[in-house]
Amino acid sequence: MVRPTLPHPPVGIDICRVLFEKVSRGGAEPLRVSNGFGAADDAVVTGIGVVAPTGIGLDAHWQAVLTGKSGIGRISRFDPSHYPVQLAGQVPGFVAREYVSGRLLPQMDIWTHMSIAATDAALADAGVDPRDMDEYEMAVVTASSSGGTEFGQVEMTRLYQLGPHRVGAYQSIAWFYAATTGQVSIRHGMRGPCGVICNEQAGGLDTLGHARRLTRTGTRLVVAGGLDASLCPYGLTAQYANRLLSTLDDPLRAYLPFDVEASGYLPGEGGAILIVEDARTAAARGGEHYGSVAGYACGLDPPPGSPRPRVLRRVIDAALSDAGLAPGDIDVVFADAYGIPAEDQAEARAITEVFGPRGVPVTVPKTLTGRLYAGGASLDAATALLAMRHGVIPATAGPIRLAPGYDIDLVRGAPRERALRHALVLARGYGGFAAALVLRRS
Amino acid sequence: MSGQFTMDDLVEIMQTSIGLDDGVDLGGEHADEQFTEIGYDSLALLELAAQIKHRFGVHISDEAALDEMRTPREAVNYVNLQLSVEAV
Repeated sequence: MVRPTLPHPPVGIDICRVLFEKVSRGGAEPLRVSNGFGAADDAVVTGIGVVAPTGIGLDAHWQAVLTGKSGIGRISRFDPSHYPVQLAGQVPGFVAREYVSGRLLPQMDIWTHMSIAATDAALADAGVDPRDMDEYEMAVVTASSSGGTEFGQVEMTRLYQLGPHRVGAYQSIAWFYAATTGQVSIRHGMRGPCGVICNEQAGGLDTLGHARRLTRTGTRLVVAGGLDASLCPYGLTAQYANRLLSTLDDPLRAYLPFDVEASGYLPGEGGAILIVEDARTAAARGGEHYGSVAGYACGLDPPPGSPRPRVLRRVIDAALSDAGLAPGDIDVVFADAYGIPAEDQAEARAITEVFGPRGVPVTVPKTLTGRLYAGGASLDAATALLAMRHGVIPATAGPIRLAPGYDIDLVRGAPRERALRHALVLARGYGGFAAALVLRRS
Repeated sequence: MSGQFTMDDLVEIMQTSIGLDDGVDLGGEHADEQFTEIGYDSLALLELAAQIKHRFGVHISDEAALDEMRTPREAVNYVNLQLSVEAV
């Protein structure tokens, strides 16, 4: 049973369409899109679940971020000796059996196990029991970049070594990108408009933008965010193919975004799940919330060699416009921070163009975890909400000396305590994906 | 030869290849319960058929896996029936 649709226009979709048209036409003027809501806080985040290299659970993660405790180390899941990349951010002490029943365990990849653990924690944090809600008023929209590669590798090995009749039946459902969305949907009886977003490392933000679209069209609760966990030989080999990973063997120096020594990024596993609810029904339920999805926009870079500018700057403009905010309203930026000089330069330039030289504090908690693919931006959004709740901008561990020409205020050394009302989270993915999300503190 | 496939064999396959919840006694209180009611879907039954084929050499068609092995006890009986037919 679907609740009557409220008279809200599908703003997010319009913004994407407008943005796409601007991009594809190469228009250089900044976007000015009104969402018609002004400062409306119609979609709120009521629960967060974290399974990340910084720890399992919100408190462990936040303490690690505050103290700069890195989750990066030598890959222990398999022997990485013969691989050019031997460091990664791994979730410490994750035992799938503690979260998933014996019946379901063999049917899923570890990425889905972790996602189920994060979802259960997020729902508990929100104080939601899905059995109390109409099943068609709840949806699951996760992001995935790799799907279930470790599960797939095991089955592919069986295929090559034992033959096609020995490939397990669950290979048909466990590897693909929507597997986590499907399993979470079944687990909690959420039969609203579910989906999976595969926008590489930008997808985590796109799920939150999409969750807001859904709450504007009659869905009451959306399980959003995402994780990835692709630290198996096959998964690492696939990631290495883009030649953007750092091959240094010093866990503290291998991933140094914006630094003169930036040499690429390290991969990681995990991410975060966020519960996004319609603000009105969440208020009626009496639940607290962390903040609202105030603005969102996405875009795609022009093809390599195009004279047109890259899209991030205009995506930031569009997200601010969507939120009805000026650059001066943003108190902190969670940067995408690829760790690749050309990408860092492009991001620093976009931030400086919008906010002015050193015009806004910039932080990068993901140096503690490596890049978590679909999980990275989801975790950044979660961290941004925690930072606003606690009034603290976490310091960026790692980078010491900014590369010349990066005129950004990268928070280093110690965390900065200050009241934070709005945070901007940026994410980019291989292939030109870009997304920006504005979060407003409750 | 009949009776080569036991409930213990079925439980072992479920535990190692398909997934079994703690405390679920397939040979006891659930022996006559439909697999779907215990929480298994059609994929689980197809995997069960594939494992039985591999371990016991009994070919079970997809249709038979879904229609003739609806409960744990039916599954044991069906496999033994096939074993006895093949042995004749």
